[in-house]
Amino acid sequence: MTLIDNHEAVGMEGAPRLSEASARDYFELLKPRVMSLVVFTAFAGLVLAPGSINPFIGFIAILCIAIGAGASGALNMWYDADIDAVMSRTAKRPIPAGKILPQEALGFGLTLSAFSVIILGLAVNWLAAGLLAFTIFFYVVIYTMWLKRSTPQNIVIGGAAGAFPPMIGWACVTGGVSVESIVLFLIIFLWTPAHFWALALFKMGDYGAVGVPMMPNVCGEATTKRQIVVYALLTALSGICPTLLGFASLGYGAFATVLGLGFVWYSLAVLRMPEGDKRMLPAKKLFAFSIAYLFAIFSALLVDYVIAQVWLNAGGII
Amino acid sequence: METVKLSETQKKSRRGRNIALGLVLAGLVALFYVVTLIKFGGGMAH
Repeated sequence: MTLIDNHEAVGMEGAPRLSEASARDYFELLKPRVMSLVVFTAFAGLVLAPGSINPFIGFIAILCIAIGAGASGALNMWYDADIDAVMSRTAKRPIPAGKILPQEALGFGLTLSAFSVIILGLAVNWLAAGLLAFTIFFYVVIYTMWLKRSTPQNIVIGGAAGAFPPMIGWACVTGGVSVESIVLFLIIFLWTPAHFWALALFKMGDYGAVGVPMMPNVCGEATTKRQIVVYALLTALSGICPTLLGFASLGYGAFATVLGLGFVWYSLAVLRMPEGDKRMLPAKKLFAFSIAYLFAIFSALLVDYVIAQVWLNAGGII
Repeated sequence: METVKLSETQKKSRRGRNIALGLVLAGLVALFYVVTLIKFGGGMAH
């Protein structure tokens, strides 16, 4: 037996609404797959940064960055519940599926945002906490509330939110921002348009149905494909910057060049895709490759760093 | 004020949420404890 207030819930006017949401549904609000990429890139930034950090404090830093990213995902789902319900890719998310109420997601997202930023500030440093707070603000307010529904450049500018994690990881160790951390930021920032526009091409109908002005819907397939190639080239160039700037080896540079050429090759396949192609296989392949590309680039940076450390400890000269 | 009887599904989901919240709170206690030891451990030793 439970005592309840006789308040009304959205969509359930007149009837008291008792939640059947499980802990897993709340976890789904955090966009765990996006979170895994955030955790990985933040970890890379933390490891690559010069200096050292207590391993447990480092763990807390990654945890806070992950929770902060998850919180911004929950706030995004709260704001976008109306369009998520229409799009096939997002219709099963907890809010449109009716498992969690929008206001519950809002409270959950705000609480986790505040906790992640404050704990990161108290346990690590306030510059990193400030960057995390700015990332959450940028993703929720600048991207979700403003850009997403108003301009085809939405994911170009909004991509900055996804590019901050390695910079935050770096700031956790150094307490500052440097050229190296800006390069890590740039790799993800320049990668985002090709990644998302590949998705937008084969989900054009979905985005069109909800009125989100993605590049293919507003400027057409041909323009989108050309811009995908340009951003793939820029991504490939940014990928080799760590070697050009001297904080990664020639071996990494060679690996990043091959990966970058692969990225450009897949983008050229999208460019050659016939107008109105229903299956959009090259776009789907580019989307899949783009995810592998980012994981591979950051993995290569980590491996390169570990090899360099082992070499240094063994008394070698690089 | 009125009373309602929870269905089995509602009871089960509430129990799951409570356990998850309990684990999170216990984790936070442990986290703050260890952070305190790390941050002030060296200072207290002196």
